Amino acid sequence: MASKVLMEALSPTMEEGRLVEWKKKEGDPIRPGDVIAEVETDKAVMELVARAEGVLLKQLVPAGSTVAVAKLVGVIGQPGEDISALLGGTPAPKPATTPAPLPPSPAAPPTTGPPAARTEGRTKASPLARKVARERGLDLGAVAGSGPEGRIVLRDLDQAGAASVAAAAAAPAFTAAAGAFQDVPLSQLRKTIAKRLAQSIGPVPTFYLTTEVDMDRTWEAREELNRRGSGDAGKVSFNDIIIKATAAALKAHPACNAWWQDDRIRYWHEVHLSVAVAVDDGLITPVVRHADRKSLRDISAEVKELAGRARERRLKPEEYTGGTFSVSNLGMFDIDQFTAIINPPEAGILAVGSIMERAVVKDGALVPGRRLRLTMSCDHRVIDGATGAGFLRTLKGMLENPLALVY
Amino acid sequence: MCSREGGDMAVLTYRDALNAALREEMTRDDRVFLMGEEVAEYDGAYKVSRGLLKEFGPLRVVDTPIAELGFAGIGVGAAMVGLRPIIEFMTWNFALLAIDQVVNSAAKMRYMSGGQVGCPIVFRGPGGSALQLSSQHSQAFESWYAHIPGLKVVAPGTPADAKGLLKSAIRDDDPIVFIEGEMLYNVKGEVPEGEHLVPIGKADVKRAGTDVTLVCHSKTVTVALKAADQLAEEGISAEVVDLRTIRPLDTETVLNSVGRTHRCVVVEEGWAFAGVGAQVVDEIQRRAFDELDAPVLRVTAADVPMPYNKLLERAAKADPAKVVAAVKRVLYLPG
Repeated sequence: MASKVLMEALSPTMEEGRLVEWKKKEGDPIRPGDVIAEVETDKAVMELVARAEGVLLKQLVPAGSTVAVAKLVGVIGQPGEDISALLGGTPAPKPATTPAPLPPSPAAPPTTGPPAARTEGRTKASPLARKVARERGLDLGAVAGSGPEGRIVLRDLDQAGAASVAAAAAAPAFTAAAGAFQDVPLSQLRKTIAKRLAQSIGPVPTFYLTTEVDMDRTWEAREELNRRGSGDAGKVSFNDIIIKATAAALKAHPACNAWWQDDRIRYWHEVHLSVAVAVDDGLITPVVRHADRKSLRDISAEVKELAGRARERRLKPEEYTGGTFSVSNLGMFDIDQFTAIINPPEAGILAVGSIMERAVVKDGALVPGRRLRLTMSCDHRVIDGATGAGFLRTLKGMLENPLALVY
Repeated sequence: MCSREGGDMAVLTYRDALNAALREEMTRDDRVFLMGEEVAEYDGAYKVSRGLLKEFGPLRVVDTPIAELGFAGIGVGAAMVGLRPIIEFMTWNFALLAIDQVVNSAAKMRYMSGGQVGCPIVFRGPGGSALQLSSQHSQAFESWYAHIPGLKVVAPGTPADAKGLLKSAIRDDDPIVFIEGEMLYNVKGEVPEGEHLVPIGKADVKRAGTDVTLVCHSKTVTVALKAADQLAEEGISAEVVDLRTIRPLDTETVLNSVGRTHRCVVVEEGWAFAGVGAQVVDEIQRRAFDELDAPVLRVTAADVPMPYNKLLERAAKADPAKVVAAVKRVLYLPG
């Protein structure tokens, strides 16, 4: 008699587990207590242990896959045993009912339904609903069905339509080149952190890090650069320098140059900086592509050009989407320090205040100095406190010693 | 859809529309003759052949003994040698006695003679139930004959279609099973005068709508139209597709309609099992699968011999209330 190997709840809060590695191959003899597989739970990697004797007849899920608790992952039995009944999971055939003439008063199906019907992971939807969802690019899994047994029917899509279409429209229009990033599947730990934090604070669990930067040297460097520059067009702003430094710091801290993608984190190998630009009735974030590879002069010219067209509303979608990190500067408005809102799916944004001239203590003496406050907003699902702090320290170092930018 | 010469309309009963078709075709083609029980001296059990004996004489309007198999066979033989017989069965219930001639002779003749001998014959008479005629006289046999390759099965639901389809049937070179509605004989409607031909194999949208398609034929056209009226009062727009011909089935018209409404209820007078609607549902699920927002439902006779008791008979028949209930189910509305 074959017996099922089920994903077991290996921690008190475990709802699903990732089968990291099979420890037994199909055909291997099994004794109760043998370790069949390693499973990563929300807390740790645990052992899945055999409860029956025989041979491992079937591995039903590949290593690396995530399986809900109590789902079938394998079968133990005698060699050659027919396990089709166990595998099929075919429900007992329903008694054949003649398509009877309609009952005089048909039981009305419920018209308002709980979330989409899923039987053993299958979403029930009418053929038309499936077709229309395909055409509109809607995810049926996100739609609540109002038909019998939660079947998704056309009217459910019409209701879901507006929201989903808006979401689709907001998706970045920028298309990255192949190899521009690496997708890392979420570990169970990362998943749990993400879920818990999001529950606690909202869709994007954000925390803030602030640091104060000594801008004396950057100030001097900028004056020198602009003295040598030709005309007004060549003038470099502090913002340009901060963008350049941020890009360089991101290159050194790729963990902050990432997107939250719900089931994974996308770590970008390229740095595309979104630069917040105020326009008449809001703001828009044109993107400086490959900011880490561009000279200060190029960045300066590009930001000027993009910001100009942004104010004229003449940016193309691919010019304001696809950023990997954002910089928002309110220094020109005499804001000392502020916190910025993350621009999803990016995981971080840098809020830049104004450079304040004030008395500072340097080498034990009270002297005049120029100080800048930088505040980084971090998506905690992607960036942890220490990760963000490391990035900020690098950025601060670069601005305090701008030679590092050309090093 | 229809070709006409005159264009003038007359209000006729279904019975008189059939009578006009017979008269016009017998006038047009002297190979056409009518044969059956009581068709001549008595003017027909349902008076469909009224006046024809007087007009065309006993050689072309022929009374027969009560011997369905015999006179159906005479008809088949006459058709094989070049005449155009119309065989009237007093009802299709009695035609069971003659079904061998219809299925084994008429339907097979062209095929088994290698195309040498056709069988241009019309078998006609009332089908389905009337009121309290009980089990043996209340049967809809469309699906029986539609099952047979070689037969065309026609079942008009209105006086105009009755005339236009019977004229087309008499001119057709293949055997036709022409099933009239006993309860329709007194129904009145506008009928084009003169040359009015309705093509065999073409369904007709009797009422346009957007929310659900009601497929029907013969007597259930009236049922579907009444249901559509009731649904309209609740803001539901039903399209009524009258098949008119069961075989060849006009699936194109049905699929076009379902492609627009995405929901369908098939209504018929007969029983559900292997019924006409079963074939319609098969075509829809196969060829319009992605258009369906709900399973296709059917409204049919109850799966019992027709009861004699008036209330039980009423409960066993397809009616507008059952159609309305089915429509609400395919629209996922509380019923």
